[in-house]
Amino acid sequence: MTPRETVEYVAGLAKLKFNENEIEEFAGQFQNILGYISEIEKLDLEGIEPLTHITQTENVFRDDVVTPSLTQEEALANAPKRNESFFKVPKVIG
Amino acid sequence: MAEPDVLSKYEAVIGLEVHAQLKTATKAYCGCSTQYGASPNVNTCPVCLGHPGALPVFNRNVVEFALRMGLATNCSIREHSTFARKNYFYPDLPKGYQISQFEDPICYNGFIEIELGQGETKKIGITRIHMEEDTGKSIHDLDVDTLVDLNRCGTPLIEIVSEPDIRTANEAYRYLMAIRQIVMYLGICDGNMEEGSLRCDANVSVRPRGQEKFGTKTEVKNLNSFRNVEKAIEYEISRQIEVLEGGGVIHQETRMWDAATLSTKGMRSKEGSHDYRYFPEPDLVGVHVADEWVESVRGGLPELPLARKRRFISDYGLPEYDAGIFVEEQSLAEYFESTCSALEKKGNDRYKLVSNWMMTEVMRYLSEQKLLAAEFHVKPQSIAELVELFADDVISSKVAKEIFPDVLSGKSPKAIVEEQGLAQVSDVSWINEVIANILAENPDTIEKYKNGKTNVFGFLVGQALKTTKGKANPKLVNEILTQKLQDAIKG
Repeated sequence: MTPRETVEYVAGLAKLKFNENEIEEFAGQFQNILGYISEIEKLDLEGIEPLTHITQTENVFRDDVVTPSLTQEEALANAPKRNESFFKVPKVIG
Repeated sequence: MAEPDVLSKYEAVIGLEVHAQLKTATKAYCGCSTQYGASPNVNTCPVCLGHPGALPVFNRNVVEFALRMGLATNCSIREHSTFARKNYFYPDLPKGYQISQFEDPICYNGFIEIELGQGETKKIGITRIHMEEDTGKSIHDLDVDTLVDLNRCGTPLIEIVSEPDIRTANEAYRYLMAIRQIVMYLGICDGNMEEGSLRCDANVSVRPRGQEKFGTKTEVKNLNSFRNVEKAIEYEISRQIEVLEGGGVIHQETRMWDAATLSTKGMRSKEGSHDYRYFPEPDLVGVHVADEWVESVRGGLPELPLARKRRFISDYGLPEYDAGIFVEEQSLAEYFESTCSALEKKGNDRYKLVSNWMMTEVMRYLSEQKLLAAEFHVKPQSIAELVELFADDVISSKVAKEIFPDVLSGKSPKAIVEEQGLAQVSDVSWINEVIANILAENPDTIEKYKNGKTNVFGFLVGQALKTTKGKANPKLVNEILTQKLQDAIKG
């Protein structure tokens, strides 16, 4: 994929629409990022385990005890659209 | 549908993905309640609403429940497992990603045994079990737009992925029933498909018999009842065979089962919509399951349904059918065992009487009242007492049934029999007298009997039981009546 196609593809997955100027701009930024990643890819990583977290901590848990939720009004406060107690979104076909 | 002889040229290859909603008190990554049926959007918080900056903290019980399932299905337990983000946009998941597991699911490489009937069993492999979260609910028919309730969003799930070891729609049904029984026995999921706490997708392909290579598979979704699973898979197998027989090819796609038209339909799929771009979840640390944790979970596992069924057959001499009925519901099986252990005299014939009583009177009452055996107010000791009363010929089975309502009202069967003077009478001279009176009152019956109309026998037995209000021992009534009639013929 060309950087431009990558921008259009990722925008599609994220349900975003960009104009021509934006696509150009992001394509350039994308190319920089991918260029940097391909530099990293050149490193010899033989025998090195992937690291997903900086900390080696494990097992951070919560007890299974109910804590107060937001009220219905608070939960819906930022909703662009609502129908009584529901969030309302454009029609989604099942 | 394809003709049977065409169908038989092919073999289906099926794998199931089962999602079980866990019965934890709170959600997977926040402390909101998982209560079913609450008003819309009352069990949410910044974490499950996906507000920026909110951070998840994992519920320990989710690990505990996943381990129970893993051990119950003979899985290996992964010592270190992590979480991953599965990215997609849909309004019922406001974060824009589902926190799931990807490369290192907590349980892997297990199997369960399913029964195929006539004593046959089959092993179905379990590829993996991983922990993840449920989405909210979308409602499409209350408004021109779609309405969203996020109460369920973040409720913990385990996904149980089978190997493609299933060969028929009926095997798929049996596998799903077995999984359901296991999660219910483990107390980790209520197993209710209609309410969506157990959900199932099926991967289905067909290949000519004898061919080793798998055909192209489709994924069938929306299987929201046990019978739908079987019907949908049957339909899909037949559809694929028809396509192949007609010279067509199967496309890998997701198809929705439509219970109204009894068919599957391809979903319009956008290119790339399945690019989930998994990556390690940065907001949660990994889970380390040490051996001690595994062993403590293993130690707390209950007896599983199939093992219990086999034990009921071997220890109580129950027919397979009876054993199957009892293990279907955990508390019913426990009720049966408690009743048997309350019997004064043990033995397979008595256990079978207990079984008969439970399958008729007790289960009829439970189903009328929509109760589980665990909620039945009559103690197993009472049922044992009742069964012993007629097993010992103190009362007839007819009387036993008649006093059952009194037993339900809380009285002891022995006390009822005593109070109402219902004990069966086996006094030969008394029964002799009763029968002599009946024959005297019905002289014509003897004539009829002599002339070969032996069906009057039943009428006379009925009369004897009626005049004694069911107290006369029916076995003796039969014997004495036969004797008297023989005498009359000779006489």
